[in-house]
Amino acid sequence: MFRQARWNERLIFELGWPGRRGYVVPKVEKEILEAVGGLKTLLPQELQRRTPPQLPELSEAEVVRHYIRLSEMNYGVDSGFYPLGSCTMKYNPKVDEVIAKSPHITMTHPYQDERTVQGTLEILYLLANWLAEITGTFEVSLQPAAGAHGEFLGTLIMRAFHKSNDELEKRTELIVPDSAHGTNPASGAMGGFKVLVVPSDEEGCVDLDALESAVSERTAGLMLTNPNTLGIFEKNIERISEIVHKAGGLLYYDGANLNAILGKARPGDMGFDIVHMNIHKTFGTPHGGGGPGSGPIGVSKSLERFLPIPRILFDGHRYHLDYDKPHSVGKIRSFYGNTGVLLRAFTYILSLGAEGLEAAAEVSVLNANYVMKKLMKIRGLDLPYALERPRKHECVISCKRLQRETGIRALDVSKRILDYGMHSPTTYFPLIVDEALMIEPTESFEKKELDRFVNIVQNISSEAYSTPDVVLKAPQNTAITRLDEAKASHPRTMALSWIMYQKRNL
Amino acid sequence: MSKASVHPYIPNSVQEIKDAMIREVGVSRIEDLYSDVPRKYWLQRRLALPRGKSEQEIRRLVEKTLAKNRTIQDMPIFLGAGCSPHYVPAAVEAIVQRTELFSSYTPYQPEVSQGMLQALFEYQSMICAITATEVANCSMYDWASALGEAVRMATRLTHRAEALVPRIIHPERMMTLAAYTKPAGIVVNPIGYEAETGLLDIEELRANITERTAAVYIENPTFLGLIETHVDKIAEIAHDHGALFIVGVDPLSLGVLRPPGEYDADIVVGEGQALGNPMNYGGPMLGIFACRDDMQLIRQMPGRTIGMTRTVDGKQRGFCMALQTREQHIRRERATSNICSNESLCAVAAAVYLALLGPTGLRELGETIMCKTRYAMNRIAEVDGVNIPLFTSPHFKEFTVNFDQAGKTVHDVHESLLQHQIHGGKSLCQDFPEFGETALYCTTEIHSKEDIDRLGQTLKMILGGKS
Ligand SMILES: Cc1ncc(COP(=O)(O)O)c(C=O)c1O
Repeated sequence: MFRQARWNERLIFELGWPGRRGYVVPKVEKEILEAVGGLKTLLPQELQRRTPPQLPELSEAEVVRHYIRLSEMNYGVDSGFYPLGSCTMKYNPKVDEVIAKSPHITMTHPYQDERTVQGTLEILYLLANWLAEITGTFEVSLQPAAGAHGEFLGTLIMRAFHKSNDELEKRTELIVPDSAHGTNPASGAMGGFKVLVVPSDEEGCVDLDALESAVSERTAGLMLTNPNTLGIFEKNIERISEIVHKAGGLLYYDGANLNAILGKARPGDMGFDIVHMNIHKTFGTPHGGGGPGSGPIGVSKSLERFLPIPRILFDGHRYHLDYDKPHSVGKIRSFYGNTGVLLRAFTYILSLGAEGLEAAAEVSVLNANYVMKKLMKIRGLDLPYALERPRKHECVISCKRLQRETGIRALDVSKRILDYGMHSPTTYFPLIVDEALMIEPTESFEKKELDRFVNIVQNISSEAYSTPDVVLKAPQNTAITRLDEAKASHPRTMALSWIMYQKRNL
Repeated sequence: MSKASVHPYIPNSVQEIKDAMIREVGVSRIEDLYSDVPRKYWLQRRLALPRGKSEQEIRRLVEKTLAKNRTIQDMPIFLGAGCSPHYVPAAVEAIVQRTELFSSYTPYQPEVSQGMLQALFEYQSMICAITATEVANCSMYDWASALGEAVRMATRLTHRAEALVPRIIHPERMMTLAAYTKPAGIVVNPIGYEAETGLLDIEELRANITERTAAVYIENPTFLGLIETHVDKIAEIAHDHGALFIVGVDPLSLGVLRPPGEYDADIVVGEGQALGNPMNYGGPMLGIFACRDDMQLIRQMPGRTIGMTRTVDGKQRGFCMALQTREQHIRRERATSNICSNESLCAVAAAVYLALLGPTGLRELGETIMCKTRYAMNRIAEVDGVNIPLFTSPHFKEFTVNFDQAGKTVHDVHESLLQHQIHGGKSLCQDFPEFGETALYCTTEIHSKEDIDRLGQTLKMILGGKS
């Protein structure tokens, strides 16, 4: 039976002892001290910190044990099945980690002379080209730090494009489907656009009539995930592209689901003008408990001039950083991108090659359909939208019937899954499915693990009909039992830091 | 379509298993699962990518390529400007290598993610401790984007659309700020500096602040490494005009410098890379974002934040994401930001780092950096024709070196230094021509006395034969 470690670990502020230390800062050389004096002579009293910060005081051994215990109360992809839909929780290859720790990358500074970082520039240059090939775009910028950052950059490029046509004033609307991820409308708003939502049709795809009536001379663009967040391929993509382009808008590809079509089809070929990739999803780099990721974007030829500075050029001998881009949207961050993450993507692609990437796509799709077919048969669960159509890399199941018949909600199912030693699917997304469980097995898990997942859900369904209390009380085998999430957000009980907790006397 | 190719990362790539599953699914080939992709979009060829390689081949190839780089282990590098070389304790590396942490995602299921949640809560708490604020989020992408978000937040809170920022900040930060604010119709006005001290020109600030000003932003230390002395005055001016006061910090300075919370900063941003994260050629970085305990501010804060709570049965303390209703996945186009994935693992590294250093270590490190900075400035000042620094205020970590009187360009000096296996500072010539032939140098605890002496001697040699 699954039992997660339950250390009841105190906060680090409650551990340790005054005077203990976990790290010794090397002494300043005596000659330096003699030459410059100490802090007293260097920093006028009134600029100095008077009360030391409330940091913990622990020995190195205590610090390490504390965080090891915390890590034991955390479930990762290396722990087991992690079908968190939309997040593409793939295996993170160990060789990528080893290479990413090379001092040749970690110990280089972004402003080093180009001649001293040719290795890195070569890797980034090649990677950008490979990503352009994979997405069917003309040029890729590696700079965004995550998918949403790429989306924001995409809206800036839309602005720049419409401005170059003297149309920015009137092109004020960005269209997103109602199945879109929250970052899409949020990015549109950050980019200064009014967000229009188009509904999905009964097949779970963009409703073409609604789209026709949504576009106008005010349309800046459409953001679309394909396959979409139901795991369904937008088969009318040609028509969608036509409608948007005819209206003068740009088509943006949210690459969160790119894994499904690697080597099978390319967004650029489907008419997408701007494409982001979530490196931490599609290219197997660690999600890091919420980052760092990386979200490069690729664009069509006509938009290349708007990409951020600098870009990496190769003159046949040397790699250069080129800042000479007068039409560029400028910068959306410091430096060049999350190089440490991008390097892992480089080694990932080297490992799989063209053939392996395609195999990854195929198996991820096979796994998802396999799980879907089995889940559909489970009492209380339904497959909303397009029953007859295959899914791609993920599927969305509704627990609405289960809820109606037993009172057990998707949330409860997800909590009970944890008890069986698996991570649960994404819940309540996309918003167009009631009581949604969004399941993305990825290609990283073996058939046996998929079968085990299906069995677990089957068990939970039986429990819901016979002993619903077990499900409602879940989870019990985890580091902690079900949490009161509302309390964490209530102004009176909110504690977002140790100091806030102490001040509020909670 | 791919022939049977079994890959170590793809367990079900074994043909037999695939066949069994295909049968279960009820299709005859995997291609059938792509039948709804219009034929015309089927890629009719293999992607033009290298063939898959074995792990051993990959290591040989990539390590050989990376070996073309030169690092701070090969030569002293005096570069900073927002990304700086610091020692990363081995214990930090040991923790961030725990795959339970790094191979997890956003803690959507808090009951199996208490480790990450508590570590991030501790990170937030430590950021509050060093900045003297009460609230922090669990990271932004970097300092520059955190600044963009902070100014946007200030305009939402004040319903005003202008921000005043120092003219001398990192050009990339200024560009990022422009990218983040322009679409919202926010006007960013630069404020100059006092000729002698290099600090923010208070009179210019007074002359430019109006009832349209949403925020006054300063950096302490400044981009040029100067410690701002008028912080209380600036806070007062901002608040007198109903504007928010945003302060950008180098967290490693906060063991010795007055923290922004003590001089009434409303929002604090900064670059957390220095806290236990390697430079990695400039990414990932770690955007610090903190603010006062004020519900109005908290509700407008961007990004993810972790809160303490209790179990439903009330028996036990635990952690989960808080205030998600501000965030994109719930609030959508009305969210306070679009950020989703952030830099959480870097934040964990920062927490471990700060826990190891403790209050004493942080102060000692700050003092060490100040001593080394001063020492480097002294040594370089001995070189004929070098004007160092341009301004009189105390410095932290970074300082300017001007070569005008030496009759050499920053470029010349850099080339000569590089020949002597030393990497000089960042040229400011293009971005700030008003400073002439000036470079921004950075010294931290990783620069030994020997490194600094060698820099001084080499500069002497290079500039000795001046015309
Ligand atoms: C469909 C979709 N779009 C966009 C995003 C945002 O990506 P990121 O977290 O890399 O910013 C996600 C992330 O979960 C997603 O699932």
